[in-house]
Amino acid sequence: MTVEPTIAASTRDNTGSRGSRLLGAATIVGLGVLGVLAFVLTDADVRIHPTTGEEFGQFDAVRLLYVHVPLAVMTYVAFGLCAVASLGVLIRRTPWWDVTAHAAAEVGTVFCGLVLVTGSIWGRPVWNTWWEWGDVRLMTTLVLFLMFAGYLALRRTTGDPRSVSRRAAVVALVAVLDIPLVNRSVEWWENRTLHQQSTLNDLKIEDLTLFTLMLGFLMMGMVLAWLLLHRFRVGWLERAALDHAVAAAIAERRAETPDAEVRRSVGETEDRS
Amino acid sequence: MTHVGYLIAGWGITLGTLGIYAFRLVRRGRNLSARVPDAHRRWLEDQGPNGA
Amino acid sequence: MSALRVVLRDIRLVAARDLRIEARARVVVDQVLPFAVLVLVLFGFALDADHRTLRTFAPGLFWVAVLLSALLAVQRSATLDAADGTGDALRMSGLPPVARYLGRAAAVLVQLLVLEAVLVGGLVVLYGVSVEDWLLLGVAGLVAGVAVAAAGTLYGALALGLGARDTLLPVLVLPVLAPVLIGATRAFDDALGSAAVDGWAWTGLLAIAALVLTVVGASAHGALVED
Repeated sequence: MTVEPTIAASTRDNTGSRGSRLLGAATIVGLGVLGVLAFVLTDADVRIHPTTGEEFGQFDAVRLLYVHVPLAVMTYVAFGLCAVASLGVLIRRTPWWDVTAHAAAEVGTVFCGLVLVTGSIWGRPVWNTWWEWGDVRLMTTLVLFLMFAGYLALRRTTGDPRSVSRRAAVVALVAVLDIPLVNRSVEWWENRTLHQQSTLNDLKIEDLTLFTLMLGFLMMGMVLAWLLLHRFRVGWLERAALDHAVAAAIAERRAETPDAEVRRSVGETEDRS
Repeated sequence: MTHVGYLIAGWGITLGTLGIYAFRLVRRGRNLSARVPDAHRRWLEDQGPNGA
Repeated sequence: MSALRVVLRDIRLVAARDLRIEARARVVVDQVLPFAVLVLVLFGFALDADHRTLRTFAPGLFWVAVLLSALLAVQRSATLDAADGTGDALRMSGLPPVARYLGRAAAVLVQLLVLEAVLVGGLVVLYGVSVEDWLLLGVAGLVAGVAVAAAGTLYGALALGLGARDTLLPVLVLPVLAPVLIGATRAFDDALGSAAVDGWAWTGLLAIAALVLTVVGASAHGALVED
């Protein structure tokens, strides 16, 4: 690596690019469309009881599912990407895999937290409780969140970056492998799940509801992509900033000493003139 | 509309959190971009899993 | 075939060494065991409970006490080689990483089993528990112990050498052990007669968890130690 005595200043001042700005704009527009569909054009979930004639169902709480379910799916996508990237860290050991793993884990954890929060908010009017121990999906998502919160904590520790990235990769892979165990044990534990009582199959999934849900998936996917892109770039720049700081420090140190003296001190025999 | 409070809370927290996170990412990106000269910003050239 | 015997011998070597250190230093016996009993006592105070309530919750309280104590035992095990360059000496000794991992985990397992035995005594004395199925209790305790030792040894090695090691270990290892906590508690529910569940089925699940964690631990340990 050539070390210049003075480092040129940066000419780019952000992590955006034409592609990411286009994606961002499209996402915002799309979220607006999703909102209109979710709140105005679709109906609430109202069903008539066959014998008593009473109205029952989720009523307007169903509109929360248009964000909750897509967020959940994208969480799995993000953590799945993290697992694949973690494999890449252990096998290929290039910085690209490492930055991707970290970015996917961070964005995934944000999404996972939102899944828990939106789920809890949805659950209050529909299941009449903020939280339900023994619901399989809820418990699994909670443990998943805790595991990746641990991953992020590990990432923040100081130490040899290569070593930290390898340990983090192990943590991510063990987390992903542990999830089926968590799922199975909770399923056996209570042998029931509130989630089952009101799955997507129960809802009147007519055309517009289904379309809105699909649009929700698309929108959350775009949000995920945009966030991943920027988080990746930030991660990459953090690495570059570290390298740059080291290079600048070396250059500064070398600039303090005249060349001849440096050469002499490393044993290059020269005319003692 | 029923359950309005829950709807506002749910959608609000979701969009708010994502928005704040996005905003902080962009700001972090701006700060880092100012510190790192072009010579070190190699992601545009070294894109891909096999890049150095 | 003799290669396997060599590996087994190596495992025994590492385990014996760790246990011999413990026999001399007596950290687990002097510090971790009392802590475990203390946790049981604290639960007694906090729950302000009668014997019937404590008997109902005994399995859960038992395994929470075991997990918390296991954290201490694992931290102790992971730091055995932190000083005096013994870590480097072990790496250069030619012992394969798998043997080092399994040996270390085996030593932790032995300590955990002693811990569990003492705590069962604590349950009987302090909580008025009576054991209905000693075989189930023993097997479930053993299998769950393997799972905890395997995960603990892996994460102990993982957290070792980084800043803030002590506080990071619980955050990393406890969520992973959630299925073990659930399974072991249910198995003990059956063994202690406090709930009508199929303890042996749960022990089967624990065995799968133990196997997965041991295999993963042995594979990953090599990647971690080659720094």
